[in-house]
Amino acid sequence: MPSAGDAPIITVEHLTIGYGETVVLENLDFTVPRGAVFAILGGSGSGKSTVLRHLIGLETPMRGTILVNGAPPVRTAGAPGYGVLFQSGALFGSMTLAENVALPLRKWTRLDAAAIDTIVRSKLRLVGLEGFENHLPAELSGGMKKRAGIARALALDPPLIFLDEPSAGLDPVSSVDLDQLIVALNHSLGMTTVVVTHELASIFAIATECIMVDHEARSIIARGNPVALRDGSTDPRVAAFFNRRTLAA
Amino acid sequence: MIAADGPGYHVDRVDLGDGGAALRFAGELRFRQCFASWQNVRRLARPPTPRMEFDLSHVDHLDGAATALLLDLRSELVEAGAAAEIVGAQGPVLAMLQLYGAHPPRPSAKDPPAQIGILDQIGHEVLTTVAETRLLDFIGDVSIAGAQALRRPSTINWADVPHLMERAGADGLPIVAMINFLVGMVTAFQAAIQLKQVGANIFVADLVGLSMTRELAPLMTAIIVAGRSGAAFAAELGTMRVSEEIDALRTLGLDPYQFLVFPRVLALILVLPLLTIMADLVGIAGGLLVAMLTLDLTPSAYLIEVQRVVGLWDVFSGCLKTMFFGLSIALIACQRGLATHGGAEGVGRSTTSAVVTSLFAIVVVDAIFTVLFNAVGW
Repeated sequence: MPSAGDAPIITVEHLTIGYGETVVLENLDFTVPRGAVFAILGGSGSGKSTVLRHLIGLETPMRGTILVNGAPPVRTAGAPGYGVLFQSGALFGSMTLAENVALPLRKWTRLDAAAIDTIVRSKLRLVGLEGFENHLPAELSGGMKKRAGIARALALDPPLIFLDEPSAGLDPVSSVDLDQLIVALNHSLGMTTVVVTHELASIFAIATECIMVDHEARSIIARGNPVALRDGSTDPRVAAFFNRRTLAA
Repeated sequence: MIAADGPGYHVDRVDLGDGGAALRFAGELRFRQCFASWQNVRRLARPPTPRMEFDLSHVDHLDGAATALLLDLRSELVEAGAAAEIVGAQGPVLAMLQLYGAHPPRPSAKDPPAQIGILDQIGHEVLTTVAETRLLDFIGDVSIAGAQALRRPSTINWADVPHLMERAGADGLPIVAMINFLVGMVTAFQAAIQLKQVGANIFVADLVGLSMTRELAPLMTAIIVAGRSGAAFAAELGTMRVSEEIDALRTLGLDPYQFLVFPRVLALILVLPLLTIMADLVGIAGGLLVAMLTLDLTPSAYLIEVQRVVGLWDVFSGCLKTMFFGLSIALIACQRGLATHGGAEGVGRSTTSAVVTSLFAIVVVDAIFTVLFNAVGW
């Protein structure tokens, strides 16, 4: 289990990101401690998903550096050192749940079919989907797809997992179930979790630390524990976000 | 002018005596009734005084679009240097103003498109197409992935190839057969009319045999495959792109080109020659039917003539072309699919573009081969 003295698992320095020539956020500096549930917050269009895409190596920064476990996120070889849950689950529609979860195991391990099958079943059991191994993604509900996506992200037992808007599209009960699963994974496995979200209930339930990005400021406008920010931030934008009110109020 | 009238409303301009003026509105401000006569209200507001009031105390009804007219007029006066405010609104009229006036006006975030000449437009469209379709990225990525696959062929997702061949080949057999049978028949029909006149009936076998094997069967088969499999590949990969499945593949350490693109390329390269051979046979059979029914040829006479005139090279050259057709169709369809953006509409655009571009590429490749074979005397 990680301890407080361990080096951060993610280090971001002077990061400037955007699309084409449009700068979305600039000069971002932050670290993600090992073992934390770290939330990246912000309003719609603030750039938080863009930050995530850079952290998982799908986009190249305009300037600055990102180190994930001591290496740049854009890998040229070797197994990924992290798992990712995309907003819609991003399960491969032509494969069953079992095949989806088995895919990274077949690619990156030399395990035989029986061993892979055992691991797949254990991952699906972990997320409460035992019995659905032979279902296709189209036969599942939104919440089940998210859980299956987490199972696939955990297939290689990574020390780090990224979750992109995990509660999006879920009913309140499914959202709470997912939050509890995230907390359980963090407590039991010591897994560092980076969550992009704007769901306040989830933020307070799961996040130990957070940064808040703002579209107009094009930078981080708050960092720290979400509850402390809600109760103590003097920035009107931060207070408005955490207390769910308009800026004019 | 000191007053203006419109259907259902009335506006007076009143001097406030301190250098200011007020426009006093009364009645119902409904957009459909206001709009046509609003120019009169705007004229009433001129010349603007340093302080202008819009008094809505006697307005009984204000709808959303009429609110926009009022707010626009106020903005106009503010820009002209006046301090303009709306006063006296109450009840639903006040609520409407608060709703529409809550967000201050902002300048457009983007400049309007500039007027450019036709040459500039053509250049702009070409550059936009190259950029949006990420064509150069695709060519580079395919080249790198291809080099890696040649060094380590096991990285290609071979498991998908038989299934893709079945979908592109076996499932397409009925339509390929039917179309080429009809093409053979039509070709023979057209020829029969002329050949009968000169008593050269037997040469229908030459015409159908050579035209089917060298040109018509490869072309028609490729066109059908472009419409079936090209569209399917573009739609599949496009849907995967918009639902983040391609991103998920990359984060799992899987190369989309080796996992998705190359199996499709291999499937079409292998399947098209097989379909073309079948198309040759079926097309010749279509010609046979017409020869028997309209030219009084016996099957044996027809087939012996076909066998005499159609050589191995004629069949092989047609099959060789189709391998390049298959390569073109698969690469174009996969490129369009991977470049998809914009949700379901984007998938539709990519699919259409994949088919149209594939058809164009088929004709271009066919022309290249025709010139090439002619040049070397084949």
